[in-house]
Amino acid sequence: MITHPKPEELTEAVGRWIEQVRPQLDPRNQFLARVAANALAAVTRELTLGDQAQAAAVERLEAILGHGGNYRGLNWELCEKLRAGEMGVATPGLLATLRGNVLDQLAIDQPSYKYEGP
Amino acid sequence: MSVDVPAALSRLAVRLAGKGARAAEAQRLTGGASMETWAFAIEGPKGREEMILRRRSGPFDPENSRSTSLAAEAALISAVRAKGAPAPPLVHLCDEADGLGEAHVTRRVAGETLGRRINTDPKFDAVRPLLARQCGEVLARIHSVSPPAQAHLKTADAAVELDRYEEAYRTSGAERPVLELAFRHLRDHLPEARRPVLLHGDFRNGNLIVDPEKGLAAVLDWELSHLGDPAEDLGWICVNSWRFGRPDRPVGGFGDYEDLLAGYESAGGEPVPLGRVRYWQALGSLKWGVMCLMMYSSWATGAEASVERPMIGRRVSETEIDLLNILEAGL
Repeated sequence: MITHPKPEELTEAVGRWIEQVRPQLDPRNQFLARVAANALAAVTRELTLGDQAQAAAVERLEAILGHGGNYRGLNWELCEKLRAGEMGVATPGLLATLRGNVLDQLAIDQPSYKYEGP
Repeated sequence: MSVDVPAALSRLAVRLAGKGARAAEAQRLTGGASMETWAFAIEGPKGREEMILRRRSGPFDPENSRSTSLAAEAALISAVRAKGAPAPPLVHLCDEADGLGEAHVTRRVAGETLGRRINTDPKFDAVRPLLARQCGEVLARIHSVSPPAQAHLKTADAAVELDRYEEAYRTSGAERPVLELAFRHLRDHLPEARRPVLLHGDFRNGNLIVDPEKGLAAVLDWELSHLGDPAEDLGWICVNSWRFGRPDRPVGGFGDYEDLLAGYESAGGEPVPLGRVRYWQALGSLKWGVMCLMMYSSWATGAEASVERPMIGRRVSETEIDLLNILEAGL
């Protein structure tokens, strides 16, 4: 892919422009403009972190399921096992696997989100 | 359905406050896509009064909707106020003559509704420690109200809620392991049945008006009211998604479980064990996660056009980390 500009630079530029014009909008559109800027920021993070997060997720899923595969297939298989009750909170390593995958996703979706923690 | 709301409010002002009265400063507040909330003032011969208009702007299917009609909401507000629970006083239930569609007008109660401000603004430092207890007291009063018959409220326990949201989740087509785990786990650990009571249904930081001197001044948004487990309301306000950056304060991001439950009992509520509140808190996070998926779907299918809808789909991961924290701590 070309690098001048990279896609995440384009999303960043548009996001900054939205922030610039936002104060001139009416309250409803100010709110929606903030949502739009947040959406672009999430896309920017996915462009920069997404590949790495997916590779790490595949690694964790392979470890808990005991075989290789692609993200979609492994994720689907885990969903089926959880739904059927073949795996659950008592399955060794399950909660840590899910936590790893969810934290990587949260770092893309909403890195400022404050959750309960030690 | 295009309605000139400010013009209709001016006609309504005359109806409510007499000849010469007018509606001033009508402004749509940030709100949902199917329900509009407007702030306005009536300026008339007897002075000025701050009002809130709630009106439905989208289609409404009373059979399948989780929401009540605005007429039911109006009946509820009056019923809970009679039991001493603070809801904004009803001024007017709109009819055809008002040209506003399904709508009602309440008095505007002074105070703050933005959760983040309630939790962090020094202005609320003095009342913040009182809020969890006040929430418990108010919930006990709401739960003691005999539901008005004309409100036609539905009944839902944990099993019904799990069924409803699991169906919505399956329909969305999303594949989210944490939600799968939560559905299964909560189904395997259903709380014992108990007598259903009147619930607010959306009792959380964001639907509370907080006064910097008195604390909890009013509870808003009664449209999700139904009959069910008292722990549903108690757990919902503890969902981390509405702690606004203060996960260390489980009740709304402003208080502790103990104060919430002590307030509940002191106002006559039947004691509710913390474990049952935590169960409903988990179910609350799960429901919110599915609602986020549903809001994304409403955009993906073309039913809603707002940029807000797809972006809210990216909030599912927040509910997943919250669910994992509860499941790790044990239910």
